[in-house]
Amino acid sequence: MKPAAVKPAFDVEEIRAQFPILKELVHGKPLVYFDNAATSQKPRRVIKAESAYYATINANVHRGVHTLSTKATEAQEAARETIRKHINAKHAHEVIFTSGTTASLNLAASSLGHLLLKPGDEVLISGMEHHANIVPWQMVCERYGAVLKVIPITDEGELEPRRRDDATEYFNERTKVFAITHVSNTLGTINPVKELIAEARKRGIITVVDGAQAIAHLNVDVQDLGCDLYAFSGHKAYGPTGTGVLYGREELLNVMPPWQGGGEMIDVVTFEKTTYAKLPFKFEAGTPHIAGIIGLGEAIRWMEDYDKAAMAAHEHLLLEHATKELLAIDGLRIIGTAKEKVGVISFVINGVHHYDLGTLLDQQGIAVRTGHHCTQPLMERFGVSGTTRASFACFNTVEEVEVMMVATKKAVKMLR
Amino acid sequence: MSGTLAQTQQELVSEFAMFTDWQDRYEHLIELGKDLPLIAPEHKTDDNLVRGCQSRVWLNAEYRASTPLSAGTVHFTADSDAMITKGIVALLVRVFNDRTPQEIIGASTDFIDQIGLRAHLSPNRANGLSAMVDQMKRYALAYSAQSH
Ligand SMILES: Cc1ncc(COP(=O)(O)O)c(C=O)c1O
Repeated sequence: MKPAAVKPAFDVEEIRAQFPILKELVHGKPLVYFDNAATSQKPRRVIKAESAYYATINANVHRGVHTLSTKATEAQEAARETIRKHINAKHAHEVIFTSGTTASLNLAASSLGHLLLKPGDEVLISGMEHHANIVPWQMVCERYGAVLKVIPITDEGELEPRRRDDATEYFNERTKVFAITHVSNTLGTINPVKELIAEARKRGIITVVDGAQAIAHLNVDVQDLGCDLYAFSGHKAYGPTGTGVLYGREELLNVMPPWQGGGEMIDVVTFEKTTYAKLPFKFEAGTPHIAGIIGLGEAIRWMEDYDKAAMAAHEHLLLEHATKELLAIDGLRIIGTAKEKVGVISFVINGVHHYDLGTLLDQQGIAVRTGHHCTQPLMERFGVSGTTRASFACFNTVEEVEVMMVATKKAVKMLR
Repeated sequence: MSGTLAQTQQELVSEFAMFTDWQDRYEHLIELGKDLPLIAPEHKTDDNLVRGCQSRVWLNAEYRASTPLSAGTVHFTADSDAMITKGIVALLVRVFNDRTPQEIIGASTDFIDQIGLRAHLSPNRANGLSAMVDQMKRYALAYSAQSH
């Protein structure tokens, strides 16, 4: 961690000034952007870094002897080092670039499935997973005859506690992989992943964490968490779309088979046999999203210039304020009332369809997400077809929460 | 039925032209939804769900055969779990209901743009709206075979 002294005090107006999009009008009204769990907005520095690559050093990486290729390679590898430091990985080559969390988890599932799943083995996930951390595991389970097991969710939206009298309830001797979300995109719940990983690793279970919703809001230290693999997307952390990371422990990555084949990931190719490149390139087939990766590096540096804890404290304030105000609306139920939450608030209102509410909020300039949030099994668990979800980022304000409250009350009045 | 299909479309365009602000426009749409000829519970099946809508929309069509005095027409009933969607279905039903298959098949759908509705709908909703129109025209096409 950097010394705290260099960080400026948290000033939301100063932060807002760095996001060009916040000056946009929607239906003639100032944009209130509360859909950060889907994708966050980007500060000017990130947009500039990405376009500066195209304007000044555009070239393919690791391929040419020419100057631009060297510069592009250096810029990309600098981003890798920035990310390594940010998540406290031991080595830069443990940071694999992907197109996003979905690709990271597909890589993980495909490769681990091939490496270790046998008929009758189990993969354990939780009931609050995003489809991206369900479907890839289902696919490999089907392929190798393994079984997908699911940790149930409580009414508050937390993992069902492991029974005291039977500490091994979640895990058994057939469990080979434990894949869990760090933070739920629908409920906002922060899962106690560190404890669970420790339990799993004692039993020799490979642990995979979906960090899509954590990376912008929590200090993520992969060595402290002790996980084998950690996946996240750049675009939910103020970075460009189409970028993502799969962190993996070196020893595991070395034995995992590659996922996609092609250029960049090879050592020697003959028609009889191909040997693979060393880490991280073994898992990076083809030309990467160089501009995006450079932008992602900048997004991480931007976050580090502030204090993630201060950002999180600010977002928590918004969460508490919104929670209190929303609960004052007659017939409103919050889905996800865990003790540990990030700034995500999902709710349903009696007699009001989330789709109608989302439409009427949009008319008032407010962007929220409506629907199942790619967590259909979780919707079923709570007996709802969908929710309205507001998700906060560091650039949101209490005033914006107020605007949403007035707009929500207006919409409810129209719809009832 | 008062007036031709084209007249009903024009009526709707004038109705919506009166509204200058989003709130009135949506309130009117919600009101229209309340007049929608509701689908009978036994027709509220998965088979009658219109694909391509984010909220659920059920649409049922029945052919009312021609008599010596009148041509055969298509009778629509529908429902949705979302009120704005229901308003949009109601608007379409008001235009297409109890028309002959030929009228429905031949109808232009420019009125949707003239109402300014599409501009106010998210792409998802606009897709849903097209899906509803397509579904109605498909029914009409199927019945037009019967009416000959
Ligand atoms: C918890 C979680 N996992 C995975 C994903 C998938 O991320 P992406 O679409 O960036 O691949 C998301 C995005 O919505 C998410 O919230």
